[in-house]
Amino acid sequence: MTLGQQILQQLINGISLGSVYALIALGYTMVYGIIRLINFAHGEVFMIGAFVGYFIITLFKLPFILALIFAMIFCALLGIFMERLAYKPLRDAPRIAALMTAVGLSIFFQNLMVYLKWIGASPKAFPRVIEITRFEVIENVYLTSDKILTLGVALVLMLALQYVVHKTKMGKAMRAVSQDKDAAQLMGINVDSTISFTFALGSALAAAGGILYAVSYGKIIYNMGTMPGLKAFVSAVLGGIGSIPGAVAGGMLLGITENAVSAAGMSMLRDAVAFAILILILLIKPTGIFGKNTREKV
Amino acid sequence: MPVLETTDLTIRFGGLTAVLDLNIYLEAGELVGLIGPNGAGKTTVFNMLTGVYKPSAGTINFCGETLCSAQHAMLPSLISMKGIARTFQNIRLFKELSVLDNVKIAFHQHVKYSLATSFFHTGRYAAEEKEIEKKAIELLQLFDLDNKQNEQAKNLPYGEQRRLEIARALATNPKLLLLDEPAASMNPQETQNLMELIRFIREKFDLTILLIEHDMSLVMGVCERIYVLDYGKVIAQGTPAEIRANPKVIEAYLGGENIA
Repeated sequence: MTLGQQILQQLINGISLGSVYALIALGYTMVYGIIRLINFAHGEVFMIGAFVGYFIITLFKLPFILALIFAMIFCALLGIFMERLAYKPLRDAPRIAALMTAVGLSIFFQNLMVYLKWIGASPKAFPRVIEITRFEVIENVYLTSDKILTLGVALVLMLALQYVVHKTKMGKAMRAVSQDKDAAQLMGINVDSTISFTFALGSALAAAGGILYAVSYGKIIYNMGTMPGLKAFVSAVLGGIGSIPGAVAGGMLLGITENAVSAAGMSMLRDAVAFAILILILLIKPTGIFGKNTREKV
Repeated sequence: MPVLETTDLTIRFGGLTAVLDLNIYLEAGELVGLIGPNGAGKTTVFNMLTGVYKPSAGTINFCGETLCSAQHAMLPSLISMKGIARTFQNIRLFKELSVLDNVKIAFHQHVKYSLATSFFHTGRYAAEEKEIEKKAIELLQLFDLDNKQNEQAKNLPYGEQRRLEIARALATNPKLLLLDEPAASMNPQETQNLMELIRFIREKFDLTILLIEHDMSLVMGVCERIYVLDYGKVIAQGTPAEIRANPKVIEAYLGGENIA
């Protein structure tokens, strides 16, 4: 295996992992864009999405695509519920209050899962939804069917999101609210339902990410959302928090970097590198790759 | 029946009474000025009329409907749908969006189609999109902004941003337009043009207009009636000529005789 082939192989692996990060990061970045909140419970939505998918496939024996759709709908509703119950009452409170609530929600959801008898603290094997076959793209470089599935689903969802945000009335309302909430409501935009919609959209993408992650890794557990959630947060910051293309680029970049670190034989350092990137970006360019220089409003 | 009528409208922020027992009315088609020294509560009145602030007491009636009273207050988005639009003292466009999108967003809220419809690109959706785009461009033409429709709003020069804000407000199809210091930081020539523009849109869109302004040449030039607000209370009202001669107004603006 030549160096070039190795690089290409790691690039494929990296993009596949990165697309999952990107899906989660999109939720972080959209919610931040609209209410300036880092929703640290977002990783738990990702985890719950994977569990919902698991139960739909194992209990109801439904095909993967239906499990994906149901999990997305379930988490969209969960996202709306979470916002209405936990964040809406704090909308005018200092931002740190909402942030602490998000951390609290994250701990709550993890412990709720452990407490529920039919979930518990031990990992569960995620059913095989797709026969793992390997395709040789070029000599010695392989693409597996689960990676194709991950990439395909992620790509479709990102394109759909792009369409919603730029072409639909709701998407336009989202962009208007993220720029000036007061002016937006005076244009007839219902700010509350726009914020709910944003949570629903972000949570649905996180659910999809959770299922794709579970398909690749083969097991699910109550705390599976913590690390990918944090990594997705790093991705969102890396790309420029609040920016949708930034979240995708950040996710891909982080996925590729992590795989490169592993491939170089330092897989122990994977997580350390991800957070080192976070520290570096905050030191050098806190607005991220696609971020704009935000001036304080006068 | 007046288009807008407030009855004993009052708002307190903690111990501060910003507006007290405000009773104003606007007849259909009138162009009325609201003036007063800085901090008199003029913008606060606008914020109550648009539902951004909830009054502590009093009612607002708009076209025979109660927008807010002690019992309930309408959401700002709903008030916008009822037909009140405003511009801001410090321009608040959607800066990162294109000129065209700024206007389209306002039009959009008045069109009914669901997300599902837009997703599956049914004929109705496409037709409506086209219609909105057409209307938006027509509106921009009126304001001489159609050649800049694809620029980001923040890149327009100041005077054009002001015009765009008025265009955006008109896109919500209002009956009542609230203009908050439209002539702020304009030179005399620009103010003159603005005056003509305000008269023109009133005719063209069949509007009733309430105007806050510090530029007296503009207020005296276009308004038919004027309310003078000082410390949250109406101290005078009347035609421009009456206001000019009113000693209370002169005192409010220049200070009383007992002040050295």
